[in-house]
Amino acid sequence: MSELIELDARRLLCPMPVIRTQDRIRTLNTGDRLVVHCTDPGVLHDIPAWCRINGHDVLETRTEGRDITITIEVR
Amino acid sequence: MLAARVIQEQGVHVEGINFFTGFCVEGHTHAIRRRDVDKQKRNNALWVAEQLGIKLHIVDVIEEYKDVVLNPKHGYGQHLNPCLDCKIFMVNKAAAWAWAEENGFDFIITGEVIGQRPKSQRRETMPIVARESGADDRLLRPLCAKNLPETLPEREGWVDRSRLYDFHGRNRKPQIELAKQFGFTEYSQPAGGCCFLTDANYSKKLADLWRSRGSRDYELDDIMLLKVGRHLRPRPHFKVIVGREEGENHYLSGYKHQFVTLNTTSHPGPTALVDGENLDASDLTLAARIVARYSQGRDAPEVTVEAGYPGGDAMTLKIAPLASPELDPAWHV
Repeated sequence: MSELIELDARRLLCPMPVIRTQDRIRTLNTGDRLVVHCTDPGVLHDIPAWCRINGHDVLETRTEGRDITITIEVR
Repeated sequence: MLAARVIQEQGVHVEGINFFTGFCVEGHTHAIRRRDVDKQKRNNALWVAEQLGIKLHIVDVIEEYKDVVLNPKHGYGQHLNPCLDCKIFMVNKAAAWAWAEENGFDFIITGEVIGQRPKSQRRETMPIVARESGADDRLLRPLCAKNLPETLPEREGWVDRSRLYDFHGRNRKPQIELAKQFGFTEYSQPAGGCCFLTDANYSKKLADLWRSRGSRDYELDDIMLLKVGRHLRPRPHFKVIVGREEGENHYLSGYKHQFVTLNTTSHPGPTALVDGENLDASDLTLAARIVARYSQGRDAPEVTVEAGYPGGDAMTLKIAPLASPELDPAWHV
């Protein structure tokens, strides 16, 4: 049974949101989904880049004002 | 990037490790500033890993790195940059990660070149890094290996020494030529600083922080705030951090639960934090007058400033902006 997990990385500047994402994903299983909440626009480039090199899928990226939400499926 | 590709070309599996110390200069550290919002925001380590097709492990070493900054055995460079200790620390951390059973790597590579940096990349310091990091002869520098004694990976035949390089000195032409051979058209600028500790102004602010607190210590928020805004210390026991534009104002307002926050309400103006203890009414008035000076009401007879306290209380101050002769240039940290 896959899980949906939320991660609050707001107010953190890159690369901290990437590090938090990386460390959280290490504890998850294939098929789990991680929703990362951020405010640093740098994550729009960095989290997808980290996912690409580590083989995870970015399912959705949403920006509302300064709030950014990235949904990742663990592979 | 070059060192990794040289080793990949020999059929060796390579993965990258990138350490975040809190002092790293990244393109999007500047993302705080609104005016830089259109600049490319990318993490260079991630970008390089993607170009090379390798995995990258980013490691938060903020806490452990404090000892390197505060007590460098080999001293500082021109500013507060403990480059040699930093290199020893990072190779040591990389080795500990690499030798771990679950990772199972055989050796470490770095992109060091003899003579490229005055403090940490000299012929005399190369063996110090290898020895004091504990990596010893499992530390290979592919770009200058031919100028150094053979390492274990070369002796064991894991890599072919004849296909390594003998670069030396500050001249980057051989590296640029090799980059061309590999088809790299984009790479980080030679001699581009990647650490705020090599920056004179930043180091000055860090030294001021230690001096004012009477102790050499810091938290992540301290060193992040040194990257943002104008820092003015009108009295030894407090300083004012004034946002320079919208992005910085927004970033500083995120600290309203930790610092007294000042905002001009009668005129458009910056957000500012007051960093200090035992602030009395005259301190707050002076801080508010400084902030008003950087507002659009700088020439007005009176500006209203709201002071917000971490607990949620607020106070309104009606003050005269500080006139130019009253602002001592020595207050600028």
